[in-house]
Amino acid sequence: MKANCWYGKHDVRVKEVPDPTILNPRDAIVKITLTAICGSDLHLYDGYIPTMEHGDILGHEFMGEIVELGGRVNNLKIGDRVVVPFTISCGNCFFCEMQLYSLCENSNPNAWMAEKLWGHSPTGIFGYSHLVGGYAGGQAQYTRVPFADVGPIKVPTELTDEQVLFLSDILPTGYMAAENCNIHPGDTVAVWGCGPVGLFAIKSAYLLGAERVIAIDRIPERLRMAHEKAGAETINYEHANVYDTLMEMTGGRGPDSCIDAVGMEAHMPGPLYAYDRVKQALMFETGRPIALREAIMACRNGGTISVPGVYGGLVDKMPLGSIMNRALTIKTGQTHVQRYMRPLLERIQNGEIDPTFVITHRLSLEDAPMAYQIFKNKQDECIKVVLSPN
Amino acid sequence: MATQTTYNHGSQSWEGEPGKGSAQGWARGLGWFSVGLGFTELLLPGPLGRLIGVRDHRTLIRAMGAREIAAGIMVLKERTPTRSMAARVSGDIVDLGLLSAGLGSRGARRGRIVGAAAAVAGVTALDVLCTKQLAEREPSALAETVQTIAINRSPEECYQFWRDFENLPRFMKHVESVRVMPEGRTRWIAKGPAGMRVQWDAEITEDRPGRITWRSLEGSDIENTGSVRFERAPTGHGTIVRAHIQYRPPAGKIGSVVAKLFGEEPSIQAKTDLRRFKQMMETGEVATIEGQTSGRAHVEQSARAAAAHA
Ligand SMILES: NC(=O)c1ccc[n+]([C@@H]2O[C@H](COP(=O)([O-])OP(=O)(O)OC[C@H]3O[C@@H](n4cnc5c(N)ncnc54)[C@H](O)[C@@H]3O)[C@@H](O)[C@H]2O)c1
Ligand SMILES: [Zn+2]
Ligand SMILES: [Zn+2]
Repeated sequence: MKANCWYGKHDVRVKEVPDPTILNPRDAIVKITLTAICGSDLHLYDGYIPTMEHGDILGHEFMGEIVELGGRVNNLKIGDRVVVPFTISCGNCFFCEMQLYSLCENSNPNAWMAEKLWGHSPTGIFGYSHLVGGYAGGQAQYTRVPFADVGPIKVPTELTDEQVLFLSDILPTGYMAAENCNIHPGDTVAVWGCGPVGLFAIKSAYLLGAERVIAIDRIPERLRMAHEKAGAETINYEHANVYDTLMEMTGGRGPDSCIDAVGMEAHMPGPLYAYDRVKQALMFETGRPIALREAIMACRNGGTISVPGVYGGLVDKMPLGSIMNRALTIKTGQTHVQRYMRPLLERIQNGEIDPTFVITHRLSLEDAPMAYQIFKNKQDECIKVVLSPN
Repeated sequence: MATQTTYNHGSQSWEGEPGKGSAQGWARGLGWFSVGLGFTELLLPGPLGRLIGVRDHRTLIRAMGAREIAAGIMVLKERTPTRSMAARVSGDIVDLGLLSAGLGSRGARRGRIVGAAAAVAGVTALDVLCTKQLAEREPSALAETVQTIAINRSPEECYQFWRDFENLPRFMKHVESVRVMPEGRTRWIAKGPAGMRVQWDAEITEDRPGRITWRSLEGSDIENTGSVRFERAPTGHGTIVRAHIQYRPPAGKIGSVVAKLFGEEPSIQAKTDLRRFKQMMETGEVATIEGQTSGRAHVEQSARAAAAHA
């Protein structure tokens, strides 16, 4: 089969590789009909996540048709059309039982590596480095899906692939980011980053009752989409001081909650950016928490910082004093995707959300290397790429 | 008045692992330094080259980086990292050599190179000191590891599964078979590198719900004793399993096989086996990526095909 493999920083190639096979009784093989590139993949593409190996198959947002089943998967049958969550979760452990699926204790065969870096290991993830299991990903024609009796969700035929694909990651991620804000009627939510995650966070914040959502980015077409398709007020951080503008908009109090949908590769005009780039490059910090710092400083007293943005290791100059003295709450995590798939599928069926609005590029799997390039460099007004592998 | 809780489950006292001294602490610190420096060299050969005054040597600096990371990881992996500390020392000497070669190359900035060399020399001195300390204390000591894991099953279920010794190879990575013999004895066969096998017989010295202990018998390839305990965790938290393993690898050829099997990182290995036990108990299978497809499989195949044609 064909698969998009990682060969180093800014080097991905579509290769002919052996077909996946069932390795465990709870596995399934999915023939992929649609797959996507995520902002998280860019952290791998840019070489910021350690323990990638040459030839690793990328991709964690995918859906398709069940073509093979292990002996212990009883709730699916060959031919079922499913969306697969990016978190690989067993459904049996302490955390899965609490529906904290991204903290599954049983799906990361390399848990010891993650323990060295983070103290404890999170769940295994498709195509996301050996730290989180080294599982072959879904930017391919076929993928092996472990714990297939727990993860994949069957989707009704009347919905198109594009309508349901993002249940695999970014829609639940945006939703959980908003849910973590504990929104009350009348709340103002500020969202840093108008990539697909930020856009779905904006939508979800409104769904959960926010009165005002303010979106921050610098890419014109993303700000436009945040405004026109998701209904946010916008701030272009290259044209205005974000903190001052937010204070002006909220009578000096600050937003009730702030979402960092940017993560470890944040950008910023000015010298502090150079400071973080150098520190990150020298491995004195592994993330540039620029948006996060700004979100903390701007948030109102007693407010909530929700962090869907991915961080890998250590960051520098965290305003802990601001967090402590102003009684802020921080909520974060890889998304507990399995928890949100069914309710969000219902919202899609009801017409409350149509996630297709973020798609700007429909390409074939072979185009993956080019697609990574334009998505990374925000060329051609690229916001979200979906790839057809078959 | 508040009552004081002392955490004294059975014979366990909470004093940490034996034999952790300052040399090992140093070794770990240096290990992390290596990993950090290595990543810098690997990811940023250009700016680093400029910073320390050697331009045009990106590939070389990258190679030094890879070497540094490997050395660092080796140090971090080993419990008593004498061998890898020695590797670090020789690596430092290579770096020093390269830096002094740099003094002669075009475009080299002397002041900076000397600064960098001084930094590396400082690290080298530390490395040498640390290696010496570790070498002095390396005995034919009993290796020992204590590992615990929480399992979302009752102590009875965990005990039952473990007590069926023929189940053990299902989660002990290197154990090929355990055969139950008469009189509470078991025969263990473990896989070594290159198809080598090591074998030992053990007797069960204690066996009751909650606790199993064993001891290897005379003539074993590896002298070892161990215990595994299944303690009820606070309500809703299942079982805490505690494994305590001590072993003394023999010298000679078998010794080196055993060292490869158990010697490299017995604590991580024991922990991994416990984790696999947990996976069996909770999910009925052991999570794995062994045998999955990748862009490497393809490369290997074509390499093999090319070799066949040559
Ligand atoms: N928690 C999870 O489970 C999960 C799941 C998916 C994605 N993510 C993470 O969410 C983040 C966003 O993902 P995405 O797919 O939307 O990525 P993306 O790269 O498309 O979007 C990031 C956006 O942030 C903007 N940005 C950069 N610096 C900024 C700053 N200082 N202030 C404001 N905006 C800034 C960029 O211009 C870009 O539009 C990534 O870190 C990704 O890894 C997390
Ligand atoms: Zn993603
Ligand atoms: Zn689990």
